[in-house]
Amino acid sequence: MSHPLGHARIGDVSFRSVQLHRFFQSFMQPVIQVSGIRKTYGQTVAVDEVSFEVNEGEIFGLIGPNGAGKTTTMECIEGIRKPDRGTISVLGLDPFRDVYKLQERIGVQLQQAQLQKRIKVWEAVDLWASLYKKRAVDAERLLEQLGLADKRNAWFMNLSGGQKQRLFIALALINDPEVVFLDELTTGLDPQARRAIWDLVRLIRERGKTVFLTTHLMEEAERLCDRVAIIEHGKIIDVDTPERLVSRHCPERSVVLLTEDTNAAERFRAIPGVESVTSNESRITISGRGDDLVSAVIHCISENHIRVTDFRTILPNLEDVFLKLTGHSIRE
Amino acid sequence: MMRGLWKLSWIEIKVFLREPMGAFGTIVFPVVIFVILGRVVGRRIPAASVATNSFIQTGLPIIASLFIVVGAVLSLVTIISIYREGGILKRLRATPLRPQTILTAQVLVKLALSAATLLLMILAGKKYYPADLHVPLLSFTIALLAGTLCILSIGFLIASIVPTARFAQPIGAAIFYPMLAISGLFVPVASMPPVFRAVAHVLPTTYAVSLLGGIWKGDAWSAHLGDVAALAVAFLVCTALAAKVFRWE
Repeated sequence: MSHPLGHARIGDVSFRSVQLHRFFQSFMQPVIQVSGIRKTYGQTVAVDEVSFEVNEGEIFGLIGPNGAGKTTTMECIEGIRKPDRGTISVLGLDPFRDVYKLQERIGVQLQQAQLQKRIKVWEAVDLWASLYKKRAVDAERLLEQLGLADKRNAWFMNLSGGQKQRLFIALALINDPEVVFLDELTTGLDPQARRAIWDLVRLIRERGKTVFLTTHLMEEAERLCDRVAIIEHGKIIDVDTPERLVSRHCPERSVVLLTEDTNAAERFRAIPGVESVTSNESRITISGRGDDLVSAVIHCISENHIRVTDFRTILPNLEDVFLKLTGHSIRE
Repeated sequence: MMRGLWKLSWIEIKVFLREPMGAFGTIVFPVVIFVILGRVVGRRIPAASVATNSFIQTGLPIIASLFIVVGAVLSLVTIISIYREGGILKRLRATPLRPQTILTAQVLVKLALSAATLLLMILAGKKYYPADLHVPLLSFTIALLAGTLCILSIGFLIASIVPTARFAQPIGAAIFYPMLAISGLFVPVASMPPVFRAVAHVLPTTYAVSLLGGIWKGDAWSAHLGDVAALAVAFLVCTALAAKVFRWE
């Protein structure tokens, strides 16, 4: 009998475990289930009919501009806020009714949170460790892994933005949670600190935890998230992997190349699926749809022995998907 | 969750003492003022003066203890508004900590610091009181605790409604200090103009002053049941109101 895992090579453990994981996942309940939640503040509808599911072991991103309802949605899932309507289940618990049970099993980083100005790094970690029934993880090791070991005696107010965020990650991980919530984790950080934080988030997933994050940075979502939900004006517009969202909503592909070959433009125009070829002196731009465009152009170049001195592709990203779906850029 | 309560309280004490004005402002400063005041008033007026004796023996201790309590409550109001504005309250809530534990820790810290200040003051003040003065310290402590709880509940009500941390201290001071002045702390209620007398009767602090003064002079608790009842009612009303309107963020 052919088994779905039978083709994995012996010794290829990581491939095998990923397959195994996916196999079992199909039978498992999602870690987070949100269905039809709505939350209003006075006249303003912050979140409207929001539904999605988050699976175990994935990094799930809720992306959208500021004020789209990301934080409200996240805080409803964390049990800090009660939705007016709809149901939420996290690890099989009702976040609002079983809030203390849930807090034992999740780790939370809140947007723009502060700690006491003059609390020391080790004191914060030590305090947080004492709040959970479960035996906490080794605090000293955690600080070391997050690069805070030499800051353990520093006051919170004297930490840099990146160090503060790493401390908040430490607090979110202190109880060895099953699900970690990260709200706008890298907002206000410089690119270098941001990259360091991304590596940390990937490490969290590698330890088998589920990560739910919000961001308004499309690059962050694209680099980190296994799946994203796009939210705008309190409504979910679409949910999928970044790649599938791009190919579904923005199938346009372009190739820009430099060549002195005067017949080249004619050849490219003949490629099936190519919609337009424009040339400007020696620069030729070929546009079309679908993932096959790039290989078709390469094939054409090699078949016709076209001498090319530069070649680059212009592929749409989540930013373009957002623009297409909402009619405006996420930064506006 | 006792472990979390003690740990949070202990950290709050450490954090408070690290503030530039923390230890000095709450503990050293009031004691120094008390000592200076005791010396000045004690020397200027002949010791035989009945008014001076009565002021030093009953007025000053009560003024001092109520000012310490109100000072501590004002500091609590400020801290809570700063913690709310900075998202610290919210961050603490996103843990298995119960909301009441978070606030209880703050109250415990203020009680401990006030107790330390009062103790120092008693030690420093011993010099200025006749050796034969007999004060029922235990009863007075209980009475002060009752007054403190009532003032605390008013503090929480103020902390619930102040718009921003910047206004917490001035708004609190503008409410508490006139309240103390009308409560018969400096001038007996009976000798105040009728309007003030009417206001004094509805202020919880009036009953705190009356209770503290009476117990200090050696009155029996049975003579002050009305004061205790008034403080209890004020405490319950303010606590219930604060619980309803308190904002965590």
